[in-house]
Amino acid sequence: MRCAIGSGSPVGVLPLPQRLPALSAPVEPAPTVEELPDELVGADTPWQTIVWNDPVNLMSYVTYVFQKIFGYDKQKATALMMDVHQKGRATVSSGSREKVEGDVAKLHAAGLWATMQRAS
Amino acid sequence: MRAWKRHGRGERARYVAVLDPAEASVLRGLVGQVDDMLSGRADAVPQDELAALTGIRTGPSTAPDDPVLARLLPDFHRPDGNDAAGGVDPDGAALSAAMRSVNEPELITAKRDAIATLLASCPGGGGRVELTVPQAEAWLTAVNDVRLALGTALEVTEDMPEQLPPDDPRTDHLPVYHWLTWLQDSLLTVLLP
Repeated sequence: MRCAIGSGSPVGVLPLPQRLPALSAPVEPAPTVEELPDELVGADTPWQTIVWNDPVNLMSYVTYVFQKIFGYDKQKATALMMDVHQKGRATVSSGSREKVEGDVAKLHAAGLWATMQRAS
Repeated sequence: MRAWKRHGRGERARYVAVLDPAEASVLRGLVGQVDDMLSGRADAVPQDELAALTGIRTGPSTAPDDPVLARLLPDFHRPDGNDAAGGVDPDGAALSAAMRSVNEPELITAKRDAIATLLASCPGGGGRVELTVPQAEAWLTAVNDVRLALGTALEVTEDMPEQLPPDDPRTDHLPVYHWLTWLQDSLLTVLLP
């Protein structure tokens, strides 16, 4: 994660001239699957949502996302963000497979690097 | 542009900034590129008659080959991600494939909705931008996705310097990344209570 303080243009000046970098590569068609394998639907196994550290997401943004998605107070959201930052990962929620799948989907929508796994 | 300012409070709050024409052009251009990549990914999936009939969309089961798209649309499971006590999950790959197939269409839609909100509220020629709370949240999401895309393309690291050596091919684009970082952090500062 990145701390925005001390980075970036302090007065928000976008330097010119600008030539936009090309972000994309050609998209190949990908195969699809139709159904969830039965063994993965496992009724009552507890699951965990893991958020991993990455070099782009801002510390302030990650804290904001934890508050917004999980309703955590600022103190808890900040503590989880610091775990991600310092330890490389943090368990940010847990519960049924469906709940954790939904949490991971929301975190992906916000741009965080999240995965789900069975609780050990 | 100068830092974002908040006018008013609560649901009536408005977040205001003025973008100059070049800033608006760069922002819209990059956001548009991300949108093109996401729509290309969505369009590459053939939809069968059942999907057309039920309205239930099925996404691809494999991660994008392109590293930028792969960062925007991550796997749901990481095979090496288990705690020591958990060991390796043999179902990991199947889990990721199934989860991606189910969730990716909605994820792409959510990201493209945020992009559409940004494009609709950012004047093409630059000028005053005034956002409601939901619009500001969409800007955060869309700008973050552009930073993820650009950060992946430029292979940024956590301790990326302000400037790279002149002979580094990324030198010209890094200032744009830093500017987007500043724009996002500035908006967060006024959005957070």
